[in-house]
Amino acid sequence: MTSAPAPSPAALIDADAVRADFPILGERVNGERLVYLDSGATSQKPQAVIDAEVSFLTRANSAVHRGAHTLAAEATELFEDARATVAGFVGAAPEQLVWTSGATAGLNLVAYAIGNASVGRGAPESARFALRPGDEIVVTEIEHHANLIPWQELAARTGAVLRHIPVHDDGTLDLEAAAALIGARTRVVAFTHVSNVLGIVNPVSELVALAQAVGATTVLDACQSAPHLLLDLPALGVDLAVFSGHKMLGPYGIGGLYGRADVLEALPPFLTGGSMITTVTLDEAQYLAPPQRFEAGTQPVSQAIALAAAVRYLQRLGMPAVHAHEKALEARLGDGLRQIDGVRLLGDAPDAERVGLWAFDVDGVHAHDVGQFLDSRGVAVRVGHHCAQPLHRRFGLTASVRASTSVYNTADDVDVFLDALSGVRSFFGVNA
Amino acid sequence: MNGLESLYQELILDHSKRPHGKGLADEAPHSASSHQRNPICGDEITLRVRVSDDGTEVTEVTWDGAGCSISQASASMLVSLLEEEGRMPRAEASTLVEGFREALRSRGELPLDEEVFGDAAALSGVSKYTARVKCAMLAWVAFEDALARA
Repeated sequence: MTSAPAPSPAALIDADAVRADFPILGERVNGERLVYLDSGATSQKPQAVIDAEVSFLTRANSAVHRGAHTLAAEATELFEDARATVAGFVGAAPEQLVWTSGATAGLNLVAYAIGNASVGRGAPESARFALRPGDEIVVTEIEHHANLIPWQELAARTGAVLRHIPVHDDGTLDLEAAAALIGARTRVVAFTHVSNVLGIVNPVSELVALAQAVGATTVLDACQSAPHLLLDLPALGVDLAVFSGHKMLGPYGIGGLYGRADVLEALPPFLTGGSMITTVTLDEAQYLAPPQRFEAGTQPVSQAIALAAAVRYLQRLGMPAVHAHEKALEARLGDGLRQIDGVRLLGDAPDAERVGLWAFDVDGVHAHDVGQFLDSRGVAVRVGHHCAQPLHRRFGLTASVRASTSVYNTADDVDVFLDALSGVRSFFGVNA
Repeated sequence: MNGLESLYQELILDHSKRPHGKGLADEAPHSASSHQRNPICGDEITLRVRVSDDGTEVTEVTWDGAGCSISQASASMLVSLLEEEGRMPRAEASTLVEGFREALRSRGELPLDEEVFGDAAALSGVSKYTARVKCAMLAWVAFEDALARA
């Protein structure tokens, strides 16, 4: 069974039917049924995605955007169709979607392109992005390292100052502080749509309004929202946004960078080389328009085509249904976790809009030990700092445990996890 | 849950709850420290070694740190072993760390000899869990590094 059930916007997902599309969910772990609650790290792939990659490689593989033979033309068509499909999934036009190897590459592309603008490359169009000493880049305290370190490096290269919007104890961003921080010197505001630790949907429109009021470029990390929410990036008003294929039922090594047309037009390239030029002499080169300007070298073609299959799978389920399904799992998870003695949820703001993800601390038991215990019951969760050390430090922790859901999780998965977790503290001899 | 109970033996849980040698001794002549981190989980340890005036023997090991039960127990067991031996010759200490590393990297092939490793032999089961080998190695790597500086 490789196709998803028929769409029905009002209906919840039939998770049992969906599960049949994901071969790995039939695996047993330590003799137990696999309960996969680590989709925030990487999602599982439906057979339709695996088939799409195999089918391309076995029937149509050829180099895209070059060559005049039949297969080259077919591969190019499939590759560009995939771009249109994935762009459409986030509300964008095909020329607004740049293929990257993933969100980390997308964020680095943007930071390095701005760095190139800062030394005059791409001028005069790119001058609006140029950073000077004393200019400010604003991020948040809750970012994944991928949306923090590229900005640290850009600040170090340009003399810009990196500032951060703090987070409240309940996991919501301090918007009063943001309003005070984002000012005349702010040139870039980079923030996550949904934190990979807190699971809370951040107020994009408020932050975009603050940034736009001062003419700052906005960069959105949509890694943890693209798999779970109906996205319309142009409507959100951000200038640039990134997401990763492997977190949204797609393969590794492929992701997207969305950009407003005028922003992509004005940004100088980061990686340079083949396939991104119009004219090259021994001394200089002219560059293609976006998105090809940002796609130097051979692209991950089979992965792009398989990502389009993943997107079609999600579209058949319907993103409103996906969100409703995961919201129900999130509520069941949160309610259950609150009832287990010694469990502290990170970012437990009441009434916050969330995706199906909770990170937590178990008093007296280290996250690694919790994860090992759960693994012995077939439950896969993430343990550690989840590439968000500053956020963990903010909450007085070095590590936490994270359970995250996807379309294929069931209420039973949540219950198996909660039942296993409730035995952790007694196993490790911590008094409840 | 047999696998889990072989990993988390009672002895390991006891050591992690009541660790030996935890609390760093003051810096002193012939002492040296090492700070080690496990970047995966953020666990860290600072371990201080003191050697005899002629530098040939380990006379004291203390440590401080935070981490999972495996890393805490392993540090505690290392101190217990050194304390049982009294003053351990430097060469013997190096051999000990080498043997420990070899066993932990053996994916369950080489058990730790209780005669040689004392309570730390209970960590044999860790070698089957490759994701946890670093946890058990942390204190031993810090010991090796500090000793090289002492």
